[in-house]
Amino acid sequence: MSTDSAATPDLSGVTIEDGKVAITEYLAIDLDKETWHCRRCDQNLGNARGPYKEALMVYEREPSEIHDPAIDPEKYEFTYAPDPAWCRIIEYYCPQCATQMEVEYLPPGHPLTLNDLQLDIDALKARHAAAISGSEQGGQP
Amino acid sequence: MNKEQAPTERSLIEQFLDDNVLFLGPDTGIMRDHSVSIPTEQESAAVVAWADRSEDINLIRNRLQTACNESFDMVEQMGAAPGAKWGDLIAGIFSCQGDLALSSAGGVLIFSVLAQHPQKFMLKYWKDDPTVGIREGDIFMHNDARYGNIHNTDQSLSIPVFHEGELVCIVGSIVHEGENGACEPGGMPGGAESPYDEGLKMPPLKVGENFEFRKDLLTFLQNSVREPKLQLEGMKSKFHACLRIKKRVEEVIADYGVDAFLATVRGTLSDTEMEVRRRLQTWPDGKVLSNVFADSTLRENVLIKIRCEVIKKDDELIIDLRGSSPEFLNRANNTVLASMKGMLAQLFLMFVWPDLPRNQAVFAPITVLTDPGSALNCSPEAPNAQSMMTFFPAFTAVQNAIPKLLFSAGFRSTDIVACWYNMITTFVYGGSNQHKELVGNVCADLNGMGGAARATRDGEHSIAPIFASMADIGEQELIEEEVPMMKLVPHKVMVDNCGFGKQRGGHGYQQIVTHKDTQAWGYMVNTIGAKFPSTYGIFGGYAPGCYPLCKVKDVNVFEVMKDQRELMRFTIDEIMNEQPFPDATYSSHHAGLQFELADAGELYMITQGGGGGYGDILERDPADIVKDWADRIVSKHTIENIYHVVMDYATGAVDQDATDKARAAERKSRLARAKPYKEFAAEWTKATPPEGLPFYGSWDDPTVLHLGTPDNTCPADAIVPVMMPDPKDVEIAKLKAELAALKQA
Ligand SMILES: [Zn+2]
Repeated sequence: MSTDSAATPDLSGVTIEDGKVAITEYLAIDLDKETWHCRRCDQNLGNARGPYKEALMVYEREPSEIHDPAIDPEKYEFTYAPDPAWCRIIEYYCPQCATQMEVEYLPPGHPLTLNDLQLDIDALKARHAAAISGSEQGGQP
Repeated sequence: MNKEQAPTERSLIEQFLDDNVLFLGPDTGIMRDHSVSIPTEQESAAVVAWADRSEDINLIRNRLQTACNESFDMVEQMGAAPGAKWGDLIAGIFSCQGDLALSSAGGVLIFSVLAQHPQKFMLKYWKDDPTVGIREGDIFMHNDARYGNIHNTDQSLSIPVFHEGELVCIVGSIVHEGENGACEPGGMPGGAESPYDEGLKMPPLKVGENFEFRKDLLTFLQNSVREPKLQLEGMKSKFHACLRIKKRVEEVIADYGVDAFLATVRGTLSDTEMEVRRRLQTWPDGKVLSNVFADSTLRENVLIKIRCEVIKKDDELIIDLRGSSPEFLNRANNTVLASMKGMLAQLFLMFVWPDLPRNQAVFAPITVLTDPGSALNCSPEAPNAQSMMTFFPAFTAVQNAIPKLLFSAGFRSTDIVACWYNMITTFVYGGSNQHKELVGNVCADLNGMGGAARATRDGEHSIAPIFASMADIGEQELIEEEVPMMKLVPHKVMVDNCGFGKQRGGHGYQQIVTHKDTQAWGYMVNTIGAKFPSTYGIFGGYAPGCYPLCKVKDVNVFEVMKDQRELMRFTIDEIMNEQPFPDATYSSHHAGLQFELADAGELYMITQGGGGGYGDILERDPADIVKDWADRIVSKHTIENIYHVVMDYATGAVDQDATDKARAAERKSRLARAKPYKEFAAEWTKATPPEGLPFYGSWDDPTVLHLGTPDNTCPADAIVPVMMPDPKDVEIAKLKAELAALKQA
């Protein structure tokens, strides 16, 4: 069963800023240029058909810097901090404004989740063909 | 079989095989299918006949919904099981084909998608079987998860409703009853090493006729569990709740006719599916990848990968979980595929579209892909009593992925939510209570999971479990009347216990438990995430941390504190760091505790988890930090080193200039210490899991699964089940090696 795909879908929740479609808290897509952008500083984050993460700065963090062990790690095998032999925190920053856009918890050496978000740009363009020509459009946060 | 066989000969053989089935195991066709059944001719005709009377249909639907809610309340009020009292149940109406069309608004919504399977089994195998049959007044029950259920501790009861001799619907109720005669008390044996350690195993079973339970079967069921009175009470309350829905259905049929009823039930299913498809149409088309790592089987720490790709196309969603860990053939942390689907379905029912009717059609436009024989789609010979330990992480993998599609959806009925805390952190208990009765069950405060942060506000502290929007954590005083446990610290919100972010997750509480006045008493804990966090933040927000089980043994705190009340500490960290009870033994463990007898006055201490954070910590409003400081839930260390806020701790005044400077400096140092993606990835990424890390599941290539070592692998489409050694044997081997080394020296 399929609903009528010819009908225009509800777009009332979509936020358009400066001609770009807000995709996540920190990412927007410029549909004309087909580029990812930082929603805080507008930095161009590369081809929207490719992974935005390749444009970001990356840092590996020792988990106990964020998650305090709370009970003495000298005395106890298990604390409130992740075991660094099992878990590391990977932080992704915008290369211009340094906003922390993503955080991943991974076992040491585990491949980074590069393609965490791949949108069908052609479908997105078709969806916004009408809306994008308009001016600022406020949506749900 | 010979290809040259004549057609008649072939059908004779098929007939013979059909007539001589030696065992009716779970029907794979029923168990795999979560779509809504094709309407019967009568249903289709009824829908057409009532097509222009939507106001009447709406009225009937509301009457039936109220009937489900009414029956839910009845079970909640009458039920003796802790699960019933805190709302771990649903009551609902199944179509004449066994599809769940309407269910109570509250309670455990996982049931919404997986309560149908036993009904469909009954209709397929028992209805026309001359030795069973389905007749007016019959009562059916079931609990075996392999025939459709979350786990065997839940028992369903259903009764058929007839009109003029025709089956018009089935009404049912399913409750987390608790004790079920497994190898450990309380119904969720983390120590089960085979399905035969999991206690009572009812396939769909006729337990009564003419609206009465059969005494012999009732006695058999009571004889199979540690709490025979509870078994009877649970059956009676579910039965009477079902009778009430049946009465309401009959009233509707009397008022409007049977076609109106059929049209409502069928219409509710098809309208719901259509509405979900309409909503999905407003999501962007695309693909999201999310990896989650469960860190324990509950008996030992291992890394169990859940690989999740969510693909949205037009009006469909595909959840591809292939590449996840193989099953553990002698551990309880595997899930039957249908159980996991139930869990995933209620992500949508509770967190994405809570305004939709609670029925299985919500999940119909969603396809789930798994590798057969994986921990997420286990074989019938793998135990599944603690399926939650993999299907909760699978839920989190999907919950982590959905915001990336939902954020730019055209239609949303909820806020964007980070990952909820996902573990049932509480004590399961067993033993002899102060009334000299044998009891075994679980504490209701497993429901106090920390809520996740949302796009527009912080998560709520210890608010609700991931599987029920409305549930209670129980009254401590009432619990103490029934069991000899005392929570010295029942629910104390722990400082910094949340995922940090622009919006922080809700906090979880600590609890410190002991007991007295009993001949024998013991505890179990069923929680993973002591080495690797079990849940995560989104859009730059952090996860909550890890949660150990802490014990203070070889002490009776009631005796040592008789004259020294000052020894008591009210947080786990103070007790563990200061060790106030002299001569006691202090230890920390992962929180997968198999049933363990404890002495009176010993302390068992656990921490309920917090929710994941949302967004960059440097964007958190300093005013929110001030509020958290006033509420004593954030430490100075976190304020200064994580949020980079400068404030006067006595007055609560923020120094905005100093904060701006501190945050600007942190942004600078972020860029200074980080590396461009490609450079970082080249240094970071390894071809295989590290030596010594017991890793299960795919690493890079989803078609190759690791089996605990860098070199031992199997193809994902031909999984080799994992057998784990007994942790005691592992410990003995380690001690023997140490002993041998000492003897040599
Ligand atoms: Zn930026």
